[in-house]
Amino acid sequence: MNRSEIIDWATEIYEDVGLSCVERFLEQAPGRKAAGMLPVYVPREVVHGAGMLPVGIWGGGDRLEIIKGDAFYQSYICHLPRSVIELAQAGRFGALSAMLFPSTCDVIRNLSGIWSMLYPGLYVRYLDVPQVLEAETGGRFWQQEMRDLARDLGELSGVAVTADRMRRAIALYNEARRLVRALYDQRRTTPWAVPSAELYVLLRAGEVAPVELFIGKMRAYLEAVTSSPMRPKDRARVVVTGAFCEQPPLGLIKTIERAGCYIVDDDFLLGNRFLTQDVSLEGDPFEALAEAFVRHSVKCALVFEADPMGKKSLMKKRVEESRAEGIIFAAPSFCDPALLDQPMLKAGADAAGIASIAFRYAENTGQFQQFREQAGTFADSIKLWGDA
Amino acid sequence: MPDVAKDRSMQLQKEMIGRHFDKLARAREQGRKVVYTFVPGNLTELLLSFDVLPVLPEINALQSGMRGTSGRYIMEAEKAGHSEDVCTYVKCDIGMLRSGNIGPTGQPLPLPDLLLLSYTGCYTFMKWFELLREAYDCPTVFFHVPYQGQGVMTPQHREYMVRQLREQVIPALERVSGRRYDEDRLRALLRQSRQAEDDLVAVFEAAKGVPSPLDAYFGGVYYVGPIFSAFRGSQEAAEYYRALREEVEDRAARGLGPVTPEGPLNDQRYRLVVEGPPNWTHFREFWKMFYDEKAVVVASTYTKVGGTYDGGFRHDPDDPLGTLADYCAGCYTNLSLPNRVEMIARYLHDYKADGFLINSVKSCNSFSAGQLMILREVERRTGVPGAFIESDLVDPRYFSAANIKNRLESYFQMIDARGAGRSQ
Repeated sequence: MNRSEIIDWATEIYEDVGLSCVERFLEQAPGRKAAGMLPVYVPREVVHGAGMLPVGIWGGGDRLEIIKGDAFYQSYICHLPRSVIELAQAGRFGALSAMLFPSTCDVIRNLSGIWSMLYPGLYVRYLDVPQVLEAETGGRFWQQEMRDLARDLGELSGVAVTADRMRRAIALYNEARRLVRALYDQRRTTPWAVPSAELYVLLRAGEVAPVELFIGKMRAYLEAVTSSPMRPKDRARVVVTGAFCEQPPLGLIKTIERAGCYIVDDDFLLGNRFLTQDVSLEGDPFEALAEAFVRHSVKCALVFEADPMGKKSLMKKRVEESRAEGIIFAAPSFCDPALLDQPMLKAGADAAGIASIAFRYAENTGQFQQFREQAGTFADSIKLWGDA
Repeated sequence: MPDVAKDRSMQLQKEMIGRHFDKLARAREQGRKVVYTFVPGNLTELLLSFDVLPVLPEINALQSGMRGTSGRYIMEAEKAGHSEDVCTYVKCDIGMLRSGNIGPTGQPLPLPDLLLLSYTGCYTFMKWFELLREAYDCPTVFFHVPYQGQGVMTPQHREYMVRQLREQVIPALERVSGRRYDEDRLRALLRQSRQAEDDLVAVFEAAKGVPSPLDAYFGGVYYVGPIFSAFRGSQEAAEYYRALREEVEDRAARGLGPVTPEGPLNDQRYRLVVEGPPNWTHFREFWKMFYDEKAVVVASTYTKVGGTYDGGFRHDPDDPLGTLADYCAGCYTNLSLPNRVEMIARYLHDYKADGFLINSVKSCNSFSAGQLMILREVERRTGVPGAFIESDLVDPRYFSAANIKNRLESYFQMIDARGAGRSQ
């Protein structure tokens, strides 16, 4: 499979907002089941270990007209839950036997309650990740939450969740995360060879495709990237941050790069790399997953920052690691986690002398001219004045 | 301006709050330590057992809203880069801080010695104290109260909370206060909480009578003031609630309604249940829209954000840390949406209400996200149509009086058309 075929495969899944590819996957073998996961972080290993396909639920993006979804939300609530409800009400999530709602924000949290009332026959679970990142308190709590989840999903799927099954799942997701990290490393090194729009659709496909298939596609893509280098262009290297839950439309990602930027780091689809190091395959798998969470989860708005300097230093660290020249704070409108974090992150960036711009989007934003102008001007200013 | 009619309990409360802010103003010179914390899931008895003074930024923000200063504070925060999309309590607090941190009584608030981040039922709390920590440069202790998404608190949730109290919160308070944890003292405070809680429940349940001797929303927010803030567990709170209960029971015995700013509301035409916080910037104007129509609120969910005592919970002095965990987990915004629906439906039945109203505030996703589903579901279960209005907590830009009044009047007409309204 060559590079364009891989991207075509990924794009097809990305555009399949109604999850027909999941339906096809389930039809291929009797007894297969799938569980939906709202953003941002659900331990996919547990879903996989319980014999179910984890399916990222990212709404309808800019490819869905919202009619019923708006009847559930006031105008001042973000867009993602509207399109998620729209799809559900249109019967597009019929393939899912369970829906998991992690503790991302109060909107996702309360969506779990809406779901349990709208679909009383479906398994609905709110997953409260620990906020105390200490093994004996937060770790122990999280272990038990995951064990309960595994038990429940195992009952749904009819699969006994053994330690061996869990370890196999952990090994697979360790490999998937390694490949995602490798892809990000590759983009940092040669951003001209990894257009962010390609990276993005590939990762979106990974939210839905079976992990074994995703691993194969990722390997093939990385190989294709290294064997067919593209020519660098004179663009500004930027970090895009704030887009970890409701996703920007693909057109916006393309616009940023077409306007003269290379995205060299971002927090799109952050759940796929929430654990920054491999999870141990030794000992109790739930303990290992909990340990990985409390020790090696990514710094982001979803978990309390215990280090008083943590917020101030985060953007400087990310900019240095990615050798970026500026930051684009791109947050969805009405997104509490991103928008409440932003002043702290920006203050740190300002103190470190890092240039930044900010804008808000919605998943269904259709006009990109203003973003093109803003990002273009930002890229120009970095190129003209960046070293001044 | 005409004199505003007030209950005796309101005067008592005013004096209590005045004394508290006096203590806060003198905290530094008297060497008292100050802990900032939140209303839902507050650990007031524990704080008082260490002899530290609680400050509740939400209360400061709502007081700023009532005193007409919140708009300026919010603008100040927005000028400093805080988004117009986020919670106005936070922005009001940040703006107040940037404007000299003068508290609601006009006295300067002391800087915190500790931020006790009781993470109960509201995501924004986490960011709020991360933001404050940037400004105050003081230690922060995090207390994570798991959300009751599945409708119940599991033993592991309880154990997680108790462990945090024992291993994180108490040591942090010991460091700040210089005192050792004194469980006997905590038990004694919890005993006083129980008494106040019994009296508070009796007060709210008096609204089951016809006419209702209280307004459980506009009056109710005053009634919960002490128990939701710096006073639960104190002797003065116990005395306040005993006095309040006597006052309400006396009114009930005499067949009188609540005292509104323009006098008693004895002739009650509509009995309502209200979900959601009030608007604070136009509180009296908002209330007037109800009593002008002879509408009394007989039960409200907002008065349960700092504890749901009417479900039977009381602080248990025999299990001091476990009972604090139980208390926190049960606060209203920590309940699942189905549990919230159940509570509203129960109130409609138990309080013989004619209708229910949702005041959806822009600032608070914890309350507001899902309220349209709550509306549908309560209507479906009870057959009682609800009303839905929108405003904000403390941002005066989001209070449209004409729009709200229009909706309320239409709603009351609908209740009449259904033959549910009553005349005394």
